[in-house]
Amino acid sequence: MPDASKSNLSQVMRAVAPPLILLVVLLSFWQFSVWWFDLKPFLVPSPVRVASAAVSTFGKLVAATKVSAAAALSGFAASLIAGVVIAFFFSQSRLIRISCYPYAIFLQTVPIVAIAPLVINWFGSGFRSIVIITFVISLFPIITSTTTGMLAVDPELLDLFRLNRASRWQIWLKLRLPNAVPHLITGARTSSGLSVVGALVGEYFAGFGVNNYGLGFLIGRNTSQMRTDELFAAVIASTLLGITIFGVVSIVGAFILNRWYDTK
Amino acid sequence: MVDTPQIIARQVGMSYGDALPSLTAVDLSVAKGEFVSIVGPSGCGKSTLLRLVAGLRKATSGQLTVDGSEPGNSQTKAAFVFQEPNLLPWRTVAGNVRLPLELDRANEASNKALSKADSQALVERTTQLVGLSPEDAAKRPSELSGGMRMRVSLARALVTDPDIMLLDEPFAALDDILRQQLNEELQRLWWSKRWTGLFVTHNVSEAVFLSQRVLVMSRAPGTILESIDVPFGFPRTPRLRADPDFAQLTGIVSGHLRRAADLSGADKATAEVSDAEGIT
Repeated sequence: MPDASKSNLSQVMRAVAPPLILLVVLLSFWQFSVWWFDLKPFLVPSPVRVASAAVSTFGKLVAATKVSAAAALSGFAASLIAGVVIAFFFSQSRLIRISCYPYAIFLQTVPIVAIAPLVINWFGSGFRSIVIITFVISLFPIITSTTTGMLAVDPELLDLFRLNRASRWQIWLKLRLPNAVPHLITGARTSSGLSVVGALVGEYFAGFGVNNYGLGFLIGRNTSQMRTDELFAAVIASTLLGITIFGVVSIVGAFILNRWYDTK
Repeated sequence: MVDTPQIIARQVGMSYGDALPSLTAVDLSVAKGEFVSIVGPSGCGKSTLLRLVAGLRKATSGQLTVDGSEPGNSQTKAAFVFQEPNLLPWRTVAGNVRLPLELDRANEASNKALSKADSQALVERTTQLVGLSPEDAAKRPSELSGGMRMRVSLARALVTDPDIMLLDEPFAALDDILRQQLNEELQRLWWSKRWTGLFVTHNVSEAVFLSQRVLVMSRAPGTILESIDVPFGFPRTPRLRADPDFAQLTGIVSGHLRRAADLSGADKATAEVSDAEGIT
């Protein structure tokens, strides 16, 4: 269907073109301002300078991005597993829920920059600490969304399961868990974005080996050494990493919902 | 027809907390293999009565037995069809129909556990029985029309080969033609298997067409006011609806139903219930 793909293409263009044009305008304005006001590169590097810094340090950037991605994904995966397990217990008893929920909120409200040094004190300045910090920051959305999904079960379906003498475990496995999947996906999208923040904050504090560092460390070092062009390049790399992880999780989530659930 | 009473209710009442009771002084006897419809004003406790028989709720007064034991504890297998099809959206049609078998198979008390192949064959047979094609069986509920979803819901109830079928306004959301078609199929299914059927509906014509007996309930707190025998033979065909006797009986039931709307269980039991003045 050439017509359909044509209209799809024009739809994409209509969505993508305006922000792209704006980006070009802004970059031009930025480049022009740096030249016009003669701004010092350590304060505001021009876009061209940032681009050339990105090219010259490309190997370092890619290596650091990989390290950060590994930390973010490990922490995110751990929060997915732990979040579902905790939600399982929350869905089983009101007493457990009301006893533990205030402490789950603690995870959400504690400033991550405050506990990151503490975690590093306890677990050493290495990959492990960074994963733990990432885990802590991305856990809460998974717990709340999944618990909500496990509890929001149609009472008539519960009746149906009970009428067929389903065990508590069967009710959870065949009703509550699948019912929670759309909620879990929503929580996972939020968590995936947070996991990158957690990894970068962790790396910023922990450092983590001279030859094996992540973007957070790179950002910290470039800041202290006034390498502002490289700092900008690292910030852009972090943003791209966040967008990529969020995008992949969103696409996987949409696929699952389309394939197995009625989202219509 | 064997005349063994299977479901017996004596002065059964049901109330939630301090609120107005939803059922009061229900006396009922349903024979094994009998098909009985229950009509009554909205909120009169018809659905509650079905849930009591299913063992999903407990009566707060009186005595209710199914095959001599408390509902839910008896060996009698009951299946429930809700007003909404209530299908699991993440399962295919076949997966939904298979669900009760899966739950039953894992039940260690059940020694009738089916092998995988047997249960698959049973699921296929049952989906075909309710008029769904093998292609439909592979679809997701979202791909089906409302009528087809209700057929799946029926198949899910029938697959366990129940002794008692409890149907809570299953066709209320369907258009009239579809409702009539499904009435005819439900009647055919009952006639071939002869489970005991309790069918709650708002539609008098549906109640008369399907059942051997129609019970009319009062408004809340609900009790059974009338029991009207439906003398037409089985199997019944769509032609029955054009029969003058059918129209006459429908008229009689409708008349009872109109009166029932003005009468509550408390009014009926005024003589027995001393505090009835408070509930008018």
